[in-house]
Amino acid sequence: MTPVRVSLAGVVASVLLVLIVLELVRGRRLKERYALLWLATGLVLLVLSAWRDALNTVAGWLGVTGYPPAVLFAVATLFILLVLLHYSTVLSRLTDENVELAQRIALLEERVARLREREQERVPAD
Amino acid sequence: MTSPRLLAVVPAFNEAGAIGRVVDEIRAVDPAIDVVVVDDASTDGTAAVARAHGATVLRLPFNVGIGGAVQTGLRYALEEGYDAAVRLDGDGQHDASELPKLLAELARGEADLVIGSRFVDGRTSYRPPLARRLGIRVFARLVSLLGGQRVTDTTSGFMALDRPGIELFAREYPHDYPEVEATLVALRSGLRLGQVQVEMRQRETGASSITFLRALYYVVKVTLALLVASLRRYPRLREAGR
Repeated sequence: MTPVRVSLAGVVASVLLVLIVLELVRGRRLKERYALLWLATGLVLLVLSAWRDALNTVAGWLGVTGYPPAVLFAVATLFILLVLLHYSTVLSRLTDENVELAQRIALLEERVARLREREQERVPAD
Repeated sequence: MTSPRLLAVVPAFNEAGAIGRVVDEIRAVDPAIDVVVVDDASTDGTAAVARAHGATVLRLPFNVGIGGAVQTGLRYALEEGYDAAVRLDGDGQHDASELPKLLAELARGEADLVIGSRFVDGRTSYRPPLARRLGIRVFARLVSLLGGQRVTDTTSGFMALDRPGIELFAREYPHDYPEVEATLVALRSGLRLGQVQVEMRQRETGASSITFLRALYYVVKVTLALLVASLRRYPRLREAGR
């Protein structure tokens, strides 16, 4: 059985996580889109910490017989991995978009310079 | 009927010392070739020197790597309606006097992508160190295997493209260490590949910038890219029957 103090600590930590994420979203420092996985992490950990029977049941399914709170660590780690992987995909997309923008800027700057030159050639003739 | 318009794409990063000659040599081959130098955010006077020698310059706001630079030039070729494009490196490694060979092969109309290869036959004077020679051969084998056609040199970077080739690489070109993967993407997209034997110059100034760690990254990155590319589906740009 999970020690009560471990459950309490788990509840406090996951509630804190959820509150911090909500506050960041409220202050527009974190986009909803990137807050969702964090909120899911906090809520799942909250449920597993507060609902002690559920934690024991899950531990039983996974064959964790000695120390059920280990499941808390495992679930937390899994979610952190998910968040990181998600960020890697976001980073890759941003890199591609960034390069694309740089290329467009290079092409547009050249075109602007060319058009401006042509314009200056035309003005004296008027 | 106007003659086909040809663009030379020259990616350059801090090549102020070499770029002038590269541009001159291309224009000496045929004055009708337009030269666009893609300046990959150099901190020396690369752009100014290139402009002074009559090249159009596309200046990237920050360094995007050789592949991203080449692609910028090909997007320019696409948007400005060029019929064909060649790529030569800004360090002068690709010898402009070999250009007519690539163009002649392209003009035969039987290839969309013509590679200037160092290893079509045994005549080359190019003798890289053992490790690099091995790497070059392994990648050539791997691309041949995955692409279903014998490719002799996947790392040369010296190439000529017709319009379908320009269209493919303007859309899809890896940003760093692009040549090997690009060759496979071309094959899997159904482009017809041509190869001509070319001589390449030895680097004139400075050693190759490839350090051990970078070489390791190169090998791992390119291998991963090849395997993933062979799992991906690419729209066929040409029907299989030629």
